[in-house]
Amino acid sequence: MSKIQYQYDPTHFEASEPLVTKKENLRVEEMILNIGPQHPSTHGVLRLEVVTDGEIITDVIPHIGYLHRCFEKHAEKLPYNQIIPYVDRLDYVAAMNNEHAYVMGVEKMLGIDKDIPKRVEYIRVLVAELNRISSHFVAIGTYGLDIGSFTPFLWVMRDREHINRLLEWVTGARMLYNYIWVGGLYYDLPLGFEERCKDFITYLKPKLKELQTIIVDNKIFVERTANVGVLPMDLAINYGVSGPCLRASGLRYDLRRVDNYSVYPELDFDIPVGEGKVGTVGDCWDRNYVRVQECWESVKIIEQCLEKLTKEHKRTRDFDPQAMVPKKIRPKEMDYYARAENPKGELGFFFRTTGTYDIPFRVKVRSCCFVNLSVLPAIAKGVLLSDLIAILGSLDLVMGEIDR
Amino acid sequence: MTSEDIHRILTEKFSGENRIRLLKYALQDQFLIDKNDLVELCMELYSNPKLYFDYLACITGIDNGPEKNTMEVLYHINSLVNELRIVLKVVLPRERPEVHTVSHIWRTANWHEREAYDMFGILFTNHPDLRRILMPADWQGFPLRKDYSEQYTYHGIKVKY
Repeated sequence: MSKIQYQYDPTHFEASEPLVTKKENLRVEEMILNIGPQHPSTHGVLRLEVVTDGEIITDVIPHIGYLHRCFEKHAEKLPYNQIIPYVDRLDYVAAMNNEHAYVMGVEKMLGIDKDIPKRVEYIRVLVAELNRISSHFVAIGTYGLDIGSFTPFLWVMRDREHINRLLEWVTGARMLYNYIWVGGLYYDLPLGFEERCKDFITYLKPKLKELQTIIVDNKIFVERTANVGVLPMDLAINYGVSGPCLRASGLRYDLRRVDNYSVYPELDFDIPVGEGKVGTVGDCWDRNYVRVQECWESVKIIEQCLEKLTKEHKRTRDFDPQAMVPKKIRPKEMDYYARAENPKGELGFFFRTTGTYDIPFRVKVRSCCFVNLSVLPAIAKGVLLSDLIAILGSLDLVMGEIDR
Repeated sequence: MTSEDIHRILTEKFSGENRIRLLKYALQDQFLIDKNDLVELCMELYSNPKLYFDYLACITGIDNGPEKNTMEVLYHINSLVNELRIVLKVVLPRERPEVHTVSHIWRTANWHEREAYDMFGILFTNHPDLRRILMPADWQGFPLRKDYSEQYTYHGIKVKY
């Protein structure tokens, strides 16, 4: 027995999501085009109100909030360790990185961030970098779909499946893990994981070369994306853009190096930046080039982590990944803004704690996609309508994180 | 550069008793400022070559609840060139929380301020486009306020389930 809960009424939509552009202010040749919220190229439930003059875009207004799940309200009602599953669901294609950022913030507030065993830290970085590759694969693959090349999508999904299976083996879940805990990990790595992961890296390297050939070196791809959606560095900084989008604009800024958190200072990797090899610095091609290069750097990090995990910090019988997990998570009274480098940019968590309660007073998420999307109206003015889709895809948005 | 140095540079320009107060915390220091000084101070932070805070990372609204009867807005600002970080804090009355926008200095502020307005009802004067951003335009109340209670129905849909 299902009762009808909602009676459709066209006025409801006008009241809840009104158009910003007034129809009477439009010029004769202009029109309003609505893209989304259910459109495959918007990567989720993003609605764009586009004012076009023929095929030229005069204005873009993003309407967001269709996936709003009140994360911040939930977080005010839950203890710190129970927030972690919600954190997974922010950027659901890079859940490990979210957990890592959140957990580091809480550990810093508790003052136990220096006592975490090295093996735990290396496992954290290992799984986070695996997830970074898988997130970049989704970005590159779906970007191919957006601009009309189907093959790379199938290729990256095939390779991402291996990562998903590896992480499923470790955590028991394919996308939303709840694996990194405050003070430790849920489990140690399963027996034989290091060897399997090494095999996977051997398998992945030629595939990354193939991906490079079919995406960034491909003449059709270059023609389509070079000089499209140029984001100059000053504009990027002023809009607070972070992650690959900022690095593609030419700034070598990576929080893994700036903050030197976790074990990243002990690891050797480069920070790729956009150089404008085929077009202008900061165009759509550069953003994807940076992502592909970052996959190579992640592979480097994973290899070093595996090296450490099999030699220096190898598995022992008495190693307990939950040894440092505190019984009671109650930080002192303070305000703290923790940040970490996600695949998509700077993910920040602001905490206010009261010191008398196990539940945070306020948690605010500084979402990287939210900020990266806000730059879209600035760079999409005056471009062709088909280029709008190319620009939108190159920003690599995940609506779960924008709407929270 | 420590936060004391930044405080010294700022007090040279903004002299006066306790105009800018440095609050020391264990992990991150904060600068408590008057809301009327905000825009001028941000302009100084942005344009002073010794500081050059060019990257606004986050704007956080906080409701302290009906007992304390205050709201706060926190600005987390970074300088990418000088590798500095600063936290500005503005305390507002809860009856009419109103502060000037900084979106003309850092355009990141545009959406973050819209979010703070949406969730707390903090008004940002001279904001170019102060609309709700996450909630629907005709939603009633501000969800992240401590004394918020949701409306019973929304367009005929029961809200509480």
